[in-house]
Amino acid sequence: MIPRYQKIVFSVLLAAALIMTGVLWHLRQRAHQRLLAGEDSAPTKAPEIAPTERATLLVANDADGSLLVQARSLPLPADPSARARVLLGELLDLYAAPDAAHPVTGGASGVAQVFLLPVPGSKDAQNSGDELAVVNLTGNFAASHPSGLETETLTVLSICGTLRANLPHVTQVRFLVDGQQRPNLAGHADLTRTYLTADAVPTGGTNP
Amino acid sequence: MRWIRASLGLNFSPWMALLAALALPSMASAQTPLTGRFAVVLDAAHGGDDTGGRLASGQFEKAATLAFSVRLRSLLAARGMTVITTRESDMTVDPNARAQIANRSKAEACLSLHATESGAGIHLFTSSLPPSQPARFLPWKTAQSAFVNRSLALVGALNSALLHDGFNVTLSRTALIAVDNMACPALALEIAPARGPDGKVTAEPDDPDYQARAAATLAAALLEWRMEPRQP
Repeated sequence: MIPRYQKIVFSVLLAAALIMTGVLWHLRQRAHQRLLAGEDSAPTKAPEIAPTERATLLVANDADGSLLVQARSLPLPADPSARARVLLGELLDLYAAPDAAHPVTGGASGVAQVFLLPVPGSKDAQNSGDELAVVNLTGNFAASHPSGLETETLTVLSICGTLRANLPHVTQVRFLVDGQQRPNLAGHADLTRTYLTADAVPTGGTNP
Repeated sequence: MRWIRASLGLNFSPWMALLAALALPSMASAQTPLTGRFAVVLDAAHGGDDTGGRLASGQFEKAATLAFSVRLRSLLAARGMTVITTRESDMTVDPNARAQIANRSKAEACLSLHATESGAGIHLFTSSLPPSQPARFLPWKTAQSAFVNRSLALVGALNSALLHDGFNVTLSRTALIAVDNMACPALALEIAPARGPDGKVTAEPDDPDYQARAAATLAAALLEWRMEPRQP
């Protein structure tokens, strides 16, 4: 025989459990509604289409170790950093093409970011508006880059030359890989030093 | 900042030679400098854990550069030159240690040897550092800048000989830590596949005959370089 007081306690506990279940269900539904409201994926602003501009790429050629000037029409954003990234992406896309004269896999995704900063340590340079470009390459790009003194040097010089041709105020370039300094690109070309864009001189030109 | 004592016009004292020998006891191949001799440093790039690139034959770059260094060493020694090598086996050598060996040797030519599957012929590189005036003490990282003009002259001598012997030669400048730290006329030499007019490979960089032909040309060119009057 179950005592009466135990029946009362059991009933109270059962009622409390049911009430708490209801409250929790209600809270869960409210949280779910709140999340859905925050994840409104509808575009709030129409994407802007950048105007097409004439760009100059310095394209490497492994056969003779040259840098050839190629003129291209590209939609380029107004922001200089974004502009630099688009230019370098286009350059690396050329290298990723099947019949590339300087084959490097990865393409445009090989450049994670490009940061433009005033040249450090020189007041004259700051007054003249000279800038240092910090090119952040991806680890995948560096890992898949062919190893060789010539091929790595050409990649570095073509990046420097392309930046100089389109952003003349960029006088120096430094390289990072996944945001970190790295001794070399793929075993050869030194990535710890600052490159002068003036050193990347084209050796010829083509008009596609 | 790290500094090195420039070898121009300075004699290596016995104490410095002793210190140099103690500093790198594991470098069995590094020899002490011989004053009055014509010394050439051969730096077979990579080695040990650092395999370098992989060639079409499946061989690693470190093996091809070592084989080329051995061939060239024999030919240079036969011509009466003192040859200092940075490695004689498959061992890891730090880029700074390579430069240390070269800088102690008071060499008239320092060659960093590489091999690649891309491009064609022989690639000759000098340091992209801007030239500077020789000084008693040179910054370690840019020691080569005081020797850039002489390095360019050395590249010119090798280029002429290679072109004369029918090699396809590419000249360029690069940033390579081992060369930038060297206080001697220095260059990086990259041996790439020999290609025919149609671009097809006729000899791989690790092909023994191809390497022997290139080594013979380089040995003759260095002998000529030895005869040239030294510039200050």
